[in-house]
Amino acid sequence: MKVTIDGIPVEVEPGTTILNAARQIGGDIVPPAMCYYSKLKDSGGKCRTCLVKVSKGSEKDPRPMPKLVASCRTTVMDGMEVQNITSPEVIEARKGIVEILLLNHPLDCPVCDQAGECHLQDLAFEHGSAKTRYEFDRRTFEKIDIGDKIQLHMTRCILCYRCVFVADQITENRVHGILNRGDHSEISTYIQKAVDNDFSGNVIDVCPVGALTDKTFRFKNRVWFTKPVQAHCACDKCSGKVTLWYKGEEVIRVTARKDRNGEVEEFICNTCRFDRKKTSDWVIEGPAKIANTSVISANHYDFTPLPVIKTNLQLQQANENQFERDTRL
Amino acid sequence: MEPLSNKRKVLVQKPLNFWERIYLPAIAKGLSITMSHFFRKPVTIQYPEQKREFSENFRGMHSLKRDEEGRERCTACGLCALSCPAEAISMIAAERKKGEENLYREEKYAAVYEINMLRCIFCGLCEEACPKEAIYLDGDIVPAEYLRKDFIYGKDKLVEAPLNQ
Repeated sequence: MKVTIDGIPVEVEPGTTILNAARQIGGDIVPPAMCYYSKLKDSGGKCRTCLVKVSKGSEKDPRPMPKLVASCRTTVMDGMEVQNITSPEVIEARKGIVEILLLNHPLDCPVCDQAGECHLQDLAFEHGSAKTRYEFDRRTFEKIDIGDKIQLHMTRCILCYRCVFVADQITENRVHGILNRGDHSEISTYIQKAVDNDFSGNVIDVCPVGALTDKTFRFKNRVWFTKPVQAHCACDKCSGKVTLWYKGEEVIRVTARKDRNGEVEEFICNTCRFDRKKTSDWVIEGPAKIANTSVISANHYDFTPLPVIKTNLQLQQANENQFERDTRL
Repeated sequence: MEPLSNKRKVLVQKPLNFWERIYLPAIAKGLSITMSHFFRKPVTIQYPEQKREFSENFRGMHSLKRDEEGRERCTACGLCALSCPAEAISMIAAERKKGEENLYREEKYAAVYEINMLRCIFCGLCEEACPKEAIYLDGDIVPAEYLRKDFIYGKDKLVEAPLNQ
């Protein structure tokens, strides 16, 4: 089937969602997704950040869809035309979604361990406005201890349900779920039962915000001061392919490897994640590739800086004027 | 050799006349200039006993601020260290324990906070990066020391004095 996303045509299998078609093209036109996770069945359709405009339904029925649709849940039709970043309507709607997602988010990024690799932070930076119009107190929760390996910050949760799907699908017995409903919904392990399944640590990696973080890494260091290194080991429970986060000579965190959509490539087990924190446990493959737009690659000085003045004529003129003024002095 | 450009200037030294040869007028003139400086206002001041007025946007020594309840504002987010072009700042974060709520504002705080004043270029980027309004370069000129290690300022020198003192 042939679809066009922001003017770029792509051939995809029938039954592919618009989001996955866009991911096959890659680049700026991929809609952001906070809840959809390609490795988790039934995920998606909750956060609404992946809204796109369908300007032509299909070849047979070229009428546009009346409202913006969630691209993670809408399958493509032959001849469909989709607008993502080329549609001001979509950008405006996404800005609204970001504002709503941030209504109850505590914005404690300076404290949060996820800062620097947080999808909500990136999304807010790209689409949100700096000010909120919300005047009421943000919701608070009683602290729930879900074990000594995983830290739950319910206030930061955006209810994407990814961790619940992990608990449902990856682990064998579900110890993780959502209590209450509406504004009071909260992620919890039932009756404060510790999460002791072998793969439960993956809820940390799938969490798009800092609601579930690694307790063994808690406040150890900021993400952008650590160096990611690809490594593997012979593990009998999982594939053993991980990213080690070094600070100096010390491994301070182990995570699964992330692909270019920010999703883990393979889920790893808790032994790899929490217990193997020595270099001798691992076979090092090399430094992990980090986009140079990411704060993690900041201060590493191995990129070519952009020229200060681009092709903006106004800036060039201002610069010339400034130069003349300075030289005369 | 014939010069290629005619920019070379041939210096002609005239022989000294009688008054120049006895040197005395020149010495008297030189001394009078020296003496006249005794009666002028000195351009220097006796630093550090005397200090000049700093401009309003002068950037001096850093101070880590406290909030209106006297709690430390810094939450060890590391943005100052990230923005620092001289990489002068380092810190170790710690979690606030129960009973320390009157000491630290957030649940995370800087247990160790060090600025290497020899590396620091006083650009003020840390001040600009700080999301908690915790660091300001509002102090004096950093004083001289004898040892390099004394220029590494810890929290004892950086944190503002508590309110009731």
